[in-house]
Amino acid sequence: MSLPVIKRPHYHHLIAWMADKPDHIVMTADLTGSCEADGFRDTYPDRYFSMGMAEQNMISAAGAMAREGFFPYIHTFAVFLTRRVYDQVAMSVAYPNVPVRLMGFLPGITTPGGVTHQAIDDIALMRALPNMTVLTCADATQVEAVMDATEAIEGPVYIRMLRGEVVRIFPEGTAFPLDALPILRKDKGAKILLLTEGICTEYGITATQSASLQDVPLIHANVAAIKPFPEHALHNLLDGITDIVVAENHSVIGGLGSLVCECIASHGLPIRVRRLGLQDVFAHGASRAYLAHELGFDADGIENALCETVSRTACGGLDMRREAVHSDAKAEGL
Amino acid sequence: MSDIEKSHAQNIRRRVLRHILTNGGGYMSQACSSAEILSALYGRILNLGPSEGAPVPPPFPGVPQKGKKTVTGSAYNGEKAPHRDRFIFSPVHYALVLYATLIEFGRMDPKGLELFNVDGSSVEMIGAEHSPGHEVTAGSLAQAISQAMGFALARKLKGDTGRVVVFMSDGEYEEGQTYEALGTAAFHKLGNLLVFVDANGFQCDGIMTGVGCVEPMKARIEAFGCTAEEVDGHDIDAICRAATHTDPDKPHVVICRTDPCHGLDKLRERWPRLHYLRFKTPEERDGYEKICQEWEKA
Repeated sequence: MSLPVIKRPHYHHLIAWMADKPDHIVMTADLTGSCEADGFRDTYPDRYFSMGMAEQNMISAAGAMAREGFFPYIHTFAVFLTRRVYDQVAMSVAYPNVPVRLMGFLPGITTPGGVTHQAIDDIALMRALPNMTVLTCADATQVEAVMDATEAIEGPVYIRMLRGEVVRIFPEGTAFPLDALPILRKDKGAKILLLTEGICTEYGITATQSASLQDVPLIHANVAAIKPFPEHALHNLLDGITDIVVAENHSVIGGLGSLVCECIASHGLPIRVRRLGLQDVFAHGASRAYLAHELGFDADGIENALCETVSRTACGGLDMRREAVHSDAKAEGL
Repeated sequence: MSDIEKSHAQNIRRRVLRHILTNGGGYMSQACSSAEILSALYGRILNLGPSEGAPVPPPFPGVPQKGKKTVTGSAYNGEKAPHRDRFIFSPVHYALVLYATLIEFGRMDPKGLELFNVDGSSVEMIGAEHSPGHEVTAGSLAQAISQAMGFALARKLKGDTGRVVVFMSDGEYEEGQTYEALGTAAFHKLGNLLVFVDANGFQCDGIMTGVGCVEPMKARIEAFGCTAEEVDGHDIDAICRAATHTDPDKPHVVICRTDPCHGLDKLRERWPRLHYLRFKTPEERDGYEKICQEWEKA
């Protein structure tokens, strides 16, 4: 079963969603089209602020504008919103607990732009900041729902955004799951739980539909709210579970896998956790499909991990949707 | 001459020195260099309402977090109103000097200074946004000018007539973020942003020319699209004269050239290690005690 693919979902949604919110503003640092905010810029020039390629200043200035009653939505690449400006995010935004929305594009290996453009540690960094909410989008529906979800959050929010050609997994119009783990598959008697965030969710769906796993009872759930994490929803899934496989488009240090281990360990539960993701290595410039395969968290990698968990033997060889590097849904090849 | 502000400046130095003698250490050279600038600001330049802060700051209510309303130390700078100025204090290791200034201008009770660096108090050694007179958490230097730039942009959008006035140190001109802020403020034509720099030529490691490079400061600031003026930072009239924008569309920076030992020649004995005064011998302490007593008699 192939899932529908939506072109530039944030581009269109941002314009529509911002129409009746005069105190909501957008700031960018020379990546306006690349973050699908060019439509906003052209539609609402009075609420759009080019801050130059100067992210430190942009973050601190946004913190002050939020103190003055505005809701700044900062659009840039996730690497430049986290690693490059960590102290500014901590002191000018997270400490005062002000409603700055950090829209982080190109999470993990979703870009062939190489190590400088790949945010492989952003969840870890943002999770560690007090007052920071951390959300991650798995599909076009979550991309379209996430800004609505931030409206009820008084403090800062970091969001892993998807852009370009984005798959739709959840029914259009579904609210962003701030306090739940959306279930993608749930079989009776399952001993294995697969948890996926972001693009790994699509990989997980492909993996669990494979011939080798069709008859194996499984639960597959998506994690979109990293912090606060809906721990109660995880506990509701754990009855009979002996193994959890986590797949994330992020380093296995400090991300979703770490988070799940913290939950399991802090409750003293006898459950093995296997973490798929970047195994404490940097990535490099190549396509998403190539990198996810090389790093072992594409559909093949997830299928292998699940098969090994069932029988301690590997399987694999699945067809995955491949996203074109050059596409009219993206401002550049990044 | 501004005799009233001059006496305020001397009183700020006196209060800081007395505090240092009582507590065994403190930021003295910063009081020597900036006392006239802060006196000019609080005495004549800033358009502030009366303090709305408690004369003696109450215990620190806790850090900002979900569901907890917090207040900043800006209450000591009066109401937030469209026509009022906002004062943003950047080099927060000068906090002792700012507290002495607030006392001198009737915005805090002298008892407030007794809470300096006391556990559970908001009168912190390195000021944060909850500390009297402070509005942002500026201790990671050069973030305050960016935050001031954000306030200025927000106030411009709202149509406020009041200015955003920043007090900075010259060491902050080694930070790249300062230039990001100046360039972006100029790009957005923030003629409501006014910056004062205490250019005392010293930083933590000593003489600035031995640590990094910030000169020519005026040419640098102008190159980033702002206007700038250099004045004798101990001449209150000159500081006040320079505190006017020369171009309504450009941020304006007043570089106050100052002496980190101004009014306290004895401090020169420690040259060039002036960042923090801690007495090395009882004799040295006695020397400062004598000077302080003379000041207190005057």
